[in-house]
Amino acid sequence: MSQFKFFAIVTLAALLSGCQGNPSIDDPDPTDTTYGGDSANTGGMGGDPYGEGEYIPDPYEGLQMIIYFEFDSSEVRPQDQALVARHASQLSENSRYQVRLEGHADERGSREYNIGLGERRSQSIRQMLMIQGVGAAQISTVSFGEERPASDGNTENDYAQNRRVEITYTN
Amino acid sequence: MPKNLRLIVLLLALVGAEANAELVIDVQGVAQPTPVAIVPFGWDGSAPTMPLDVAAVITKDLQRSGRFAPIAERDMLQKPTDGSDVDFQDWGFVGVEAVVVGKVVQTGANAYTLQFQLFDVFGRRQLVGYRMPASRGTMRGAAHRAADMIYEKLTGIKGVFGTKVVYVTAEQQSDGRLYSLIVSDQDGENENKIMESTDPIMSPAWSPDSRQLAYVSFEGSKSSIFIQTLRSGNRFQVSNQPGINGAPSFSPDGRKLVVTLGGVNGNLDIYVLDITSRRTRRLTTHRAIDTEGTWSPDGQSIYFTSDRSGGPQVYRISADGGTPERITFEGSYNARPRLSPDGTRLAMVHNDRGNFRIAVMNLERRDLLILSSGRQDESPSFAPNSDILIYATREGRDGVLETVSADGLIRQKMASGRGDVREPVWSPFARF
Repeated sequence: MSQFKFFAIVTLAALLSGCQGNPSIDDPDPTDTTYGGDSANTGGMGGDPYGEGEYIPDPYEGLQMIIYFEFDSSEVRPQDQALVARHASQLSENSRYQVRLEGHADERGSREYNIGLGERRSQSIRQMLMIQGVGAAQISTVSFGEERPASDGNTENDYAQNRRVEITYTN
Repeated sequence: MPKNLRLIVLLLALVGAEANAELVIDVQGVAQPTPVAIVPFGWDGSAPTMPLDVAAVITKDLQRSGRFAPIAERDMLQKPTDGSDVDFQDWGFVGVEAVVVGKVVQTGANAYTLQFQLFDVFGRRQLVGYRMPASRGTMRGAAHRAADMIYEKLTGIKGVFGTKVVYVTAEQQSDGRLYSLIVSDQDGENENKIMESTDPIMSPAWSPDSRQLAYVSFEGSKSSIFIQTLRSGNRFQVSNQPGINGAPSFSPDGRKLVVTLGGVNGNLDIYVLDITSRRTRRLTTHRAIDTEGTWSPDGQSIYFTSDRSGGPQVYRISADGGTPERITFEGSYNARPRLSPDGTRLAMVHNDRGNFRIAVMNLERRDLLILSSGRQDESPSFAPNSDILIYATREGRDGVLETVSADGLIRQKMASGRGDVREPVWSPFARF
């Protein structure tokens, strides 16, 4: 991986953690041994039952699997680019991993044209992943157009939820 | 007569004509239907009643066309079942322009003869008379054929009551959606499930002999195109390329499909697929979305949707390839072109100030007529007589089917299917 790419990904990852306040990647306070918060099961003996050490955060935690799009657009929104970058780094670091990008459109307009719009969205994610070092063989795309809406209604809000790419790890 | 007065008279005449024309449209937006009588059919057989109320089927067909107003049975002064018993004076008095009489005669355990005669009340003559064999299973079809002959004699337009439609339904179930491909009579009766799947089914298309359907199935979460024979239910996969396989439409000779292929890079283009050899020939090469190809009835050209200009518009390309020519210019969104079987008009989905509606363009005059009034209308398809279209519209969260006359005057809702009904396609005329 080129240094620039590595730098870009680290920066984006940092950006993301800043944006979303998600502690799972960069522990905000590495000295805090109570890391794990409320869910940590602390016994009555005092101290850490497993001896000295720290938990490794789940790399998938909080990693969003759905990317949303504006009306009639296949451009990844600025606030989602870091999210795509996290998937990219995960995939490029684990060449065994494979993803399926499932493109969707809202129900407006004709069905086969919407298949095209959904495909354009999954291709736009695919291109971003490949530019960041993910192998073409790791990615497959499919478009369901408007055939599998996430939300059944016909308000602007429903439409916004339906214009999306779902990322599924298949291996 | 002074010159000015003459002008006024002429203007009045013009205004009169205008008012008259508008009056026709004013009758709840439909043309004034012609009063006719379909007399209950006679029955000669072993059972107490005939297997099917033939007169009721014909009555409903003519009524649904919007061009006829069949009178109620109680308003009939006589109920003849044979042409020789028709009293023209009585029917003239009742005010109907045409009268249909007929009967069903049983000739075997499951063999019948259906006969009917159509009379012109004022001309006092028979317009058509026909006798046809039928079984219990084919009686409804025979009644529709009778209605077709009556309709054609009275309007000069071929009837489509004997034709079928195919459509897709999606039913919400506890564990997801169930998609079904349904073929029914054009009036929504006689539904037959052709195929069902928990993965989406899309874009059904009739073969020109109306014996086969091509459609897109997402079985295995990947699109591919199948051709299925209706009678046997046998089907074969005709296109399963990497990426998108979509939007099939048969050539007029039935030997080829125009399809949309996307490939791994997802660039949708129009291809012609030879059904026997499975070989494809690429027609368009453009970064834009090119899809929804459909053949012109003469087989010379292919109309398709492309967003190469920014938004989707309809283009035409020679079936041998070449440079596409843009056809639609009105509005920001024109997609899913379908030609009338007589080749004179092009139906499409048109964005009308934020509403997706069915519009028809006269290919000679190039003017656009908006036929539907919904927010989310889609999938227009001409009846084989080029006079009526069927399309899908929204009713709450469900899709329902509507028909509209090509002049926009007569619109009807079609009662059919459960759940979300979409993508209706009208069959060609059956070949006997």
